[in-house]
Amino acid sequence: MYQTTYHRPSSVTEAVKMLGEAEDGKFLAGGQTLIPTMKQRLAAPSDVIDLRHIAEMKGITVNGRDVRIGAGTTHAEVAEHTGLASVCPAICHLASHIGDPHVRHMGTIGGSIANNDPAADYPAAMLALNAMIHTSKRALAADEFFTGLFGTALDEDEIVTAVSFTAPEKAGYAKFPNPASRYALTGVFVANRPEGVRVAVTGAGEDGVFRATAMEDALSRSFDPSALDGITISADGLMSDIHASAEYRANLIVVMAKRAVQAANG
Amino acid sequence: MADISMVINGREVRGSVEDRMLLVHFLRESQGLTGTHVGCDTSQCGACVVHVDGKAVKSCTMLAAQASGCEVVTIEGLAKDGQLHPVQAAFKEHHGLQCGFCTPGMVMSAVDMIRRHPAGLDEKTVRAELEGNICRCTGYHNIVKAIMAASEEMSGKAQAA
Repeated sequence: MYQTTYHRPSSVTEAVKMLGEAEDGKFLAGGQTLIPTMKQRLAAPSDVIDLRHIAEMKGITVNGRDVRIGAGTTHAEVAEHTGLASVCPAICHLASHIGDPHVRHMGTIGGSIANNDPAADYPAAMLALNAMIHTSKRALAADEFFTGLFGTALDEDEIVTAVSFTAPEKAGYAKFPNPASRYALTGVFVANRPEGVRVAVTGAGEDGVFRATAMEDALSRSFDPSALDGITISADGLMSDIHASAEYRANLIVVMAKRAVQAANG
Repeated sequence: MADISMVINGREVRGSVEDRMLLVHFLRESQGLTGTHVGCDTSQCGACVVHVDGKAVKSCTMLAAQASGCEVVTIEGLAKDGQLHPVQAAFKEHHGLQCGFCTPGMVMSAVDMIRRHPAGLDEKTVRAELEGNICRCTGYHNIVKAIMAASEEMSGKAQAA
């Protein structure tokens, strides 16, 4: 790891100010991606601004079906939250399968979505739940927030502070984990909402998370795994690597979507 | 340089370290606590697991400066008054190790796992929870056995049975 300077702000305003004063600073959330990346010298920020001590970014509130999760909330906290589990168990299930227990004690939802790894789990949930992403500057719909491979609408000095969504009637997440890394080789989140069904796919797209509209239409007519019989997904635009070809991922999308619907229907 | 302080195994320590120093290197090199191992150095193997504020974390994936102000427990902090911690004793009893390199991380992970599952552990849960700890010798069987035995012992079920 190259030299860096560590900062510990206690408010969002202070964190933004520290980044502004840094030559080439980076926000550090749980650090489960950034620290390994810095160790490999693939990232070399002059300054790291630790967001773990900002109280206003922590905690989960559930008000009726309205959910707000502070960006600094760890995967373990999301996984174990009983209030959240009572309105949207799918997101708890998703969080409980990120990485491993030690990673889940550190990694945060804000860090995950700000990084927008093409194989991360949370982006699929945010997109399918039609979540709002709250930042230090504004609030954005998930549809506008995720802009491509590791790409988001965030400015350099903008911090994700929270996410919010209305819990859908039913939701489910199924992933085929990479056997080594546990990242999604393909993961599908489905949410059945009064406005219609949303289906988001992670781990498969060359440009990161995306919505599968053909499956959304089919599931809006009938929210049952059988509604997806006969649907095929084109391999165009899907990732191909040593773990799986684009064609294999195309097939996995349908299989995982069926399992997600099955999980949602309990 | 960062001036840091933390409580390690109940002892308050202070240090001035490079901001980039990892917690595992602070423990091993500055504090001489070499029971915490660096296995893969890529956040995968879990040999470096310690407890920070009561939670298991990978100390190779946290800066020492991030842990400043925290309470840290390493493998050296488990035994009390010359008595092995029940999880350490169970690993010994059930031969839950061969070369021993992964063992400190396995034991620290097991203590954390048992804390999070006070109602007890089944084999499937133990195996799933060990996802972040890699052992290349044992094939995991005796590690799983040891953790289940320790879980029973610590919940008092072993005595009742």
